Amino acid sequence: MSANPLLSVRDLTLDFRSRHGTVHVLENVSFDIAPGEIVGIVGESGSGKSVTAFAIMGFLDKAARVLSGDIRVQGRDVMAMSTRERDLWRGKEASIIFQTPRTALNPIRTVGQQIGDVIARHTPASPTEVQEKVLQAMRQVRIPDPERRMGAYPFELSGGLCQRIGIAAALACHPHLLIADEPTTGLDVTTQAEIMELIRDTARAKDLATLLITHDLALASEYCDRIVVMHAGHVVETAPVAELFARPRHPYTAGLLGSVPSLVDSIQDLRAIPGSLPDLRRADLPPCRFADRCPRHHADCDIPGLRLEGIAPNHLVACRVPL
Amino acid sequence: MSRIVWRILSTVPTLAGVLIATFLITRVLPGDPAVFFASNPAMSPEDIERVRAALGLDKSLIDQFWIYLGALRHGDLGLSISTGQPVATEMLTRLPASAELTVFAFLLAIAVSIPLGVAAALKPDSWVDQLCRIIATMGVSVPTFVTGLLLIYLFYYILGVAPEPTGRLDPFMFKPPTVTGFLLIDGPLAGDWATTWAAFKQILLPGLTMAIFALAPLARMTRASMLNVLSSEFIRTARANGLSRRKIVMTYAFRNAMLPVVTSLGMTFSYMLGANVLVEKVFAWPGIGAYAMNSLISLDYAPLQAFMLIMAGIFLAVNLVTDLLAGLVDPRAGLN
Repeated sequence: MSANPLLSVRDLTLDFRSRHGTVHVLENVSFDIAPGEIVGIVGESGSGKSVTAFAIMGFLDKAARVLSGDIRVQGRDVMAMSTRERDLWRGKEASIIFQTPRTALNPIRTVGQQIGDVIARHTPASPTEVQEKVLQAMRQVRIPDPERRMGAYPFELSGGLCQRIGIAAALACHPHLLIADEPTTGLDVTTQAEIMELIRDTARAKDLATLLITHDLALASEYCDRIVVMHAGHVVETAPVAELFARPRHPYTAGLLGSVPSLVDSIQDLRAIPGSLPDLRRADLPPCRFADRCPRHHADCDIPGLRLEGIAPNHLVACRVPL
Repeated sequence: MSRIVWRILSTVPTLAGVLIATFLITRVLPGDPAVFFASNPAMSPEDIERVRAALGLDKSLIDQFWIYLGALRHGDLGLSISTGQPVATEMLTRLPASAELTVFAFLLAIAVSIPLGVAAALKPDSWVDQLCRIIATMGVSVPTFVTGLLLIYLFYYILGVAPEPTGRLDPFMFKPPTVTGFLLIDGPLAGDWATTWAAFKQILLPGLTMAIFALAPLARMTRASMLNVLSSEFIRTARANGLSRRKIVMTYAFRNAMLPVVTSLGMTFSYMLGANVLVEKVFAWPGIGAYAMNSLISLDYAPLQAFMLIMAGIFLAVNLVTDLLAGLVDPRAGLN
């Protein structure tokens, strides 16, 4: 983990209280992001990717209970902030963009006004200055003809343009951390590439620490510097992209790579991972939550105290019998 | 722009349908107006026939309809057979009373229900939310005339703080010069504050009765709509961008939540016109509702037709205004 991370998540453990019992959503989740670095969290639905992002932004549901852990952005303890501090922090220091860009925007307010609302909230500026900054923010995300587009309503714009507006609003006040939660879901492939290039170029240009949440391994491999693999609320492996794809050490990562059509050599090599995520409401979850699905399962795996450990430079894995 | 014109033009066929329907409905009512009008044991069948001819009821239905349409063109709504007065004049003198009561109650209902609904949605299961639920249940389950009688019993009979529940103004007071026909507007215009206060005290109980009736659907609608909007994704985006709570609630949530409420406002206003009939009866309010009720009992066709026509006209106008207003608030309606 890097020496001077912008975001650091340490041993984050949290539960959801539900009518059907306690759901052990995250356990000892740890990772870092350096300034200018793009880190992808990948995993199946229900692996805890979005919950992790929401915990960083302070968006947790009322049912969520943080049992332990520490989240710091630029050294600041995020979970200790008051509601007001967090409101002023969000959008200014850290921003998040969501999937389904069209519904993420207010349908009856022009996109220019919506970007302007964010700017006016975080920077003291006169209406004309806000206007100028809105145009700047729109140019920054490469929206053609921003003078005309700023008066448009979301329903008048394409999905791709709506996502650009979302990004423009998120980046309007120059935050240091950007979380993108499945930002290209629902967009066509060409638009997907445009949005991802925009996010990557902006991250590079502004030294923005970026967390990309996706279940699309191919997408993550193309745009991320480092990947955090999550399974059933555990971080199972984290490594630089090239290394992870060349030499996965956790059986789950290997299985994941073997299940993506574009990453295997031929269709005959395509493999599904047997079984499914364990029921996270179980009180007797094994130390390794992949154990029940694992082809390399060993008696050692059932000894408690499994941790993420370095196996190579910058390469961490939580497995007692790594590949 | 053309959509607005089309929307206005679309009321024409409805209006034609209303004309035919009101005419036919009054004709199929049980009872014979000629017999009713001539109800005197000394009258012979010939006398009754003469009355029938005088009223034009011996003509065919088609002929009667053409005569009706022809008169309507000149704004002639016919004569009332029970009072002998032109219906148009009577309606004009009574309409302001009904309109003032309805508008007063409507504004009162909006002023209470919308803040109540918003507050309930912002704090689900709090005491405001429970209050909202109780009021909504009461408003739905208690008929207006019962509410009216209860209010009279409490504030006039027991507490004695309300004036006698008869009409718009104390009989010993003079009406201010008529400008709008609304006492609460004409009074201040004439600078006559004593009359204004008296009129206000008179309208308070019937207004409250109708407002309680209208409150329930509006408060519930506002609450549901607000809750729905507050859980939507763009509110989450607004929060993610750190917008202030005030901005999120007022500009982002409230305005969006009002879209369906505006439509139900129109509906509620129209329902209130219907509820008027009973409230006017209970409070001896000299409006068109009570007039229509009396006409119905005495099989007086002309006022009844006129009443239904006016109501349908108001219904259409309210719907039109609602649609235009919704278009103004919601850019997606594409009116501008």
